[in-house]
Amino acid sequence: MALLEVSGLTVSFDTEDGVVQAVDDVSYTVDAGCALGIVGESGSGKSVSSLSVMGLTRFAGNARISGEVRFDGHDLLAAGDEELRRLRGNEIAMIFQDPLSSLHPFFRVGDQLVEAVRAHRDVSRARALDRAVEMLGLVGIPEPRRCASCYPHEFSGGMRQRVMIAMGLINEPKLLIADEPTTALDVTVQAQILELLARLQRELDTAIVLITHDLGVVAEVTDDVAVMYAGRIVEQAPTERLFARPQHPYTWGLLQSIPRVDHRRDEPLVPIPGRPPSLILRPSGCAFHPRCPYVQEHHKRIVPPLEPLAGDPAHSVACLLAEEQRRELWSRLRAGATPDEARAAVGVPGQGAPVLREGLEAG
Amino acid sequence: MAGFITRRVLWMVVLLAVISVINFTIFSVLPSADPVLLRAGRSASPELVQTITRQLGLDKSKPEQYLTYMKGVVLHFDFGYSYQNQVGVRQEILDRLPATATLALGAMVVWLLVGIPIGIVSAIRRGRWQDKLAMGLALLAISAPVYWLGLVSLYLFSKEIGVIPIFQGAGSYPPDGSIVSEPIAVVGSLLLPWLVLAASFAAIYARFMRGNLSEVLDEDYIRTARAKGLSERRVVLRHGVRSAITPIVTILGLDLGILLGGAILTETVFNIPGIGRLAFDAIQKSDLPIVQGTVLIGAFFIIALNLVVDIVYAYLDPRVRY
Amino acid sequence: MTDGLAGPVGDAVVGAAGIAVGAGAPALVEVRDLEKRFPLRRGPLQRETGAVRAVDGISFDVREGETLGLVGESGCGKSTTARLVTRLLEPTAGTIRYRGEDITHRSRRELMALRRDMQMIFQDPYSSLNPRQTAGSIIGEPFVIHGIERDETRRRARVRGLMEQVGLNPEHYNRLPHEFSGGQRQRIGVARAIALKPRLVIADEPVSALDVSIQAQIINLLSDLQRELGLTILFIAHDLSVVRHMCDRVAVMYLGKIVEVASAEQLFAHPRHPYTGALLSAVPVPDPQLAKLRRRQVLGGDVPSPTAPPAACRFHPRCPKAQPICSREEPALEVKEGGNIAACHFPLTIEEVAGRLPVRPG
Repeated sequence: MALLEVSGLTVSFDTEDGVVQAVDDVSYTVDAGCALGIVGESGSGKSVSSLSVMGLTRFAGNARISGEVRFDGHDLLAAGDEELRRLRGNEIAMIFQDPLSSLHPFFRVGDQLVEAVRAHRDVSRARALDRAVEMLGLVGIPEPRRCASCYPHEFSGGMRQRVMIAMGLINEPKLLIADEPTTALDVTVQAQILELLARLQRELDTAIVLITHDLGVVAEVTDDVAVMYAGRIVEQAPTERLFARPQHPYTWGLLQSIPRVDHRRDEPLVPIPGRPPSLILRPSGCAFHPRCPYVQEHHKRIVPPLEPLAGDPAHSVACLLAEEQRRELWSRLRAGATPDEARAAVGVPGQGAPVLREGLEAG
Repeated sequence: MAGFITRRVLWMVVLLAVISVINFTIFSVLPSADPVLLRAGRSASPELVQTITRQLGLDKSKPEQYLTYMKGVVLHFDFGYSYQNQVGVRQEILDRLPATATLALGAMVVWLLVGIPIGIVSAIRRGRWQDKLAMGLALLAISAPVYWLGLVSLYLFSKEIGVIPIFQGAGSYPPDGSIVSEPIAVVGSLLLPWLVLAASFAAIYARFMRGNLSEVLDEDYIRTARAKGLSERRVVLRHGVRSAITPIVTILGLDLGILLGGAILTETVFNIPGIGRLAFDAIQKSDLPIVQGTVLIGAFFIIALNLVVDIVYAYLDPRVRY
Repeated sequence: MTDGLAGPVGDAVVGAAGIAVGAGAPALVEVRDLEKRFPLRRGPLQRETGAVRAVDGISFDVREGETLGLVGESGCGKSTTARLVTRLLEPTAGTIRYRGEDITHRSRRELMALRRDMQMIFQDPYSSLNPRQTAGSIIGEPFVIHGIERDETRRRARVRGLMEQVGLNPEHYNRLPHEFSGGQRQRIGVARAIALKPRLVIADEPVSALDVSIQAQIINLLSDLQRELGLTILFIAHDLSVVRHMCDRVAVMYLGKIVEVASAEQLFAHPRHPYTGALLSAVPVPDPQLAKLRRRQVLGGDVPSPTAPPAACRFHPRCPKAQPICSREEPALEVKEGGNIAACHFPLTIEEVAGRLPVRPG
């Protein structure tokens, strides 16, 4: 059963430079106990969409939000501030990228956890502190009783993120939204945190929305993935299928442009030309078209809808190329063809790779 | 922490010594009316002049004079005698200090009680009418000079000449009283000076608080506090204000230090017998021992409060604890 | 050669690109027993009570034409090492030789000529460019500093050429840094670094501040330039995937020490030091099936403080293979089976490595 159901979520911000269309018609569901990864670069709308689910964009003052977000029987966008407050930190929790700036520098770690408990439970300070210490122990902080009276700056980066996780899970929420939880951490610490999240997800049966730019992290942790570009979801699938049969040229671009430890050095990186678009002046039609090697004239006019594949209803893509063409293109790309070679071989007409057209405008 | 305080106290001593040297040099080198003639009177005999010169120690070399002076200050809190009326400078300062302290501390309470809440409201309602109104008024208050504000307020509100006579006017401060001996009279006479002195400070603090808090409210840990499901009231008042108010301690210490050295304009306009008035009168009469004494006292307050600020800061911000 | 480091490592090691590295290539930079301590002061008199041992006696060579990767986690001393080699920091002990000459204690003026030969690319293209200078004058600055191309028109032409070479539009000569994207700013940094045709480029995390889709552009740019200009690169990074792609040889640092040096092929296929093994096993791979197959080796605890590093082998408190001897005797950096140089009493065996690495078996 769907725990979180987001449909048609659209978020824009009025700024001095114009209207920033941060999230545009985004829909996804998260089932109880499952992990959804949302992948994208900076400015793809991956964080804003989740902050909106939490009602945290309301505080920005200049945000316009529409669509529907249903969580466990609640309509989150229609809910009043007080109803949302009761859910935040209690039913839905969130952890952030930089654990140092996300913890209050002047308050003891224990007090910050106690506060999280007492915001939702009518318990004594002492009992809340016991719970805080228990939680700190659960996330692997040594000597939790002593550490509860430490300040955030006395911890290492990894330990701080553990504190954040303890704080997020202290009321046993049904959903945890983790926004780039390991990006600021070293790789061995990242491994510790990812393992911890996986263990807690199993033990507490928490659903997770993991927001990240790192396809590796997604592959390790999630059950489903949504790839976002310029405020929209361009591809969505169960994780294994997305990596096995990616459909969108942007997903291909990501997969082929990231250096990988499991690849030989002579496998070339194929960069995505250009750079992520401005959200104020988004490209017309398919927002990826200025960077897409397979762009056709009508792609610049028509906004592609996110539609399920014919043979696989769980796998959706927003691309105007024919499914057959995409299959052929990807099989050639995977075999080592350059985008231009693949385009020529499959017979997709076009002006050639934007690398040549826009070589001087490289990111 | 102990090491930190020791280091700072040592520094404070060095700094005060340097200030006292500069202070002494300026006042003994600058041309002014001859203190001996001031004392001896209009038609003094040369013998009398010589005696007085010896009495005042002015026949000795300058460094010797300085050392004698500093010995008095450090060992006996003795700043010498006023050239004018033979009263000990120490006595003068101690007599005047309560009025200045009452004025400064009272005004501080007023400007904190007014400025901080206005700053908080402005920060929360950033860009709305409450913010615009408050910041407009603040600009006015900052632009108005204290002596002008003082005179206008006396004209409007003082019992003697006021259009709406609701406050005690200038010169109502009990001549030999203090907040301890005559609390009602002192508070009554200081109400208007407190408001006048606090006006520009309240405005500055409101703007400072608004700026700090707006910045703090954009911090990641405020987002965390909201994500925990705390009420907005608690997010702003506990998490936000706690951070935003910390830098205010710094300027508060400095401002208070400066005022304790004498609020010259306010004390003059309202005729309050404080350190500022004392210094003002002494400068007019070239009463060097008193001027020196008030300058040293002023410097002492500024430096001492700076030390207090650093200690309080370390208490408020666990990251700077040593 | 002063110790066993330089000799055996690269003998007949062939880089993936098919270019022989190591074998016979002379060392451009030789670092021996390099140390940097940052003193800690305490008390009323600010006495020195200890030191952060940021770099604690490391030795390595950077060979002509190669890309040497220096990897490790934050606080391991890799960036300090970069700043020592470029002499932006004064070493506490040890020697640095550049083309055979001892430059360890060269004065600022004597370093001037050296600075032409040795350039740096920084991590953050936002903070390392002067916001009020145009792109053209930033790139042309090295010419001005070193008094080359004094003629304005010719200098402009050179700068335009450089802009084209790094993939910037020469028409943007007069733009300010904030008018460029992150990737373009890094290109400006690269253009400035190669302006004087240096032999050695020290790149300190050059792609870690960039968006994923931009990283590959800069990596490819650096690889292309290296080939065209015959650059030697000291590449400092925490991202092992990037290092895997860029480097011929890799040195792994932990707490101020080098724990392993090997050719990239060898290091990624068969790490010998348990720390290298743990590091590799921690890298997430964008391949869900592989992620399920491999057994992860997750290290316990945190990196100890560099003010009081553990005795003997610094990795022993976290090492899954630690024995009593590891806390008593510091292991020497020596050649292990397979050609890796590692500082370990009990190097990883083939069996221990299998199934943990982020590569598909077979």
